[in-house]
Amino acid sequence: MLLPDPLETLSRLQRALDTFQQSDWLESSPSGTGPYPPLNVFRKGDDFVIITELPGIKKSELDIQVKDNAIRVAGAKSVDYTEKASLHRRERSAGRFDRAVTIPVRIDADRVKAEYHDGILALYLPRAEQDKPRSIRIG
Amino acid sequence: MVQSQELSVQQKKELAPKEEKTVPARYYVPNTDIYETDEALTLVMEVPGVEKKDVNVQLESDVLRVEGRIDFSKYEGLEPVYAEYNVGHYARAFTLSDTIDQDGISAELADGVLTLTLKKAKAALPRRIAIR
Repeated sequence: MLLPDPLETLSRLQRALDTFQQSDWLESSPSGTGPYPPLNVFRKGDDFVIITELPGIKKSELDIQVKDNAIRVAGAKSVDYTEKASLHRRERSAGRFDRAVTIPVRIDADRVKAEYHDGILALYLPRAEQDKPRSIRIG
Repeated sequence: MVQSQELSVQQKKELAPKEEKTVPARYYVPNTDIYETDEALTLVMEVPGVEKKDVNVQLESDVLRVEGRIDFSKYEGLEPVYAEYNVGHYARAFTLSDTIDQDGISAELADGVLTLTLKKAKAALPRRIAIR
């Protein structure tokens, strides 16, 4: 039996993400400002997971709010140097961000969980009970 | 120091590999800040999604190679429905000048930010010349 090649799985994930870059599944909510941070949205069974990359953020600087089916991620990203440093290259960005998006499904705001590990913020959005699809049996 | 301007999205830069890989998985170039103090040269690289065990920092013939692999098993069972960025391993290489003490390199990883401190060789440290 051939073992799955880990690099093959990664390139499949990368191709899948490429395909969904043109999707218009997510609408920006009217109160949202700016496109930062870039988000990926995944489906896990009936529930949804939003994953975004926010390296170097302090948890105290991160503000996540959920209302009905709108999610808002806001905060500040800071890049600090010691005073006597001379900067040779600057590619990291710093500043404020505030983004709100509307998910086209109803989520259960009380059970939303947020995790921040290694610079990745993951928001687990369980679907509202009333919104779960029901199987139709053929009579 | 937090600037008051709003952040804009930087597209991830894909690494153009010098050697071809046999499997088409993409590597990305991590955003790096390089700054220098009197004692050391510091590289700060953004590698979100990389854990300590998956960082590889190697120094060979004056070339510092940094590689950070992401653990994409976390994406198992997740079906993408909307994507604005892609994920992949990170790799970048820098050629060091001989002002760096090659035995004095230390690395720290916190919240997806890898900080490499390269101590300067003693010969390169600034010396005050006393005027008699």
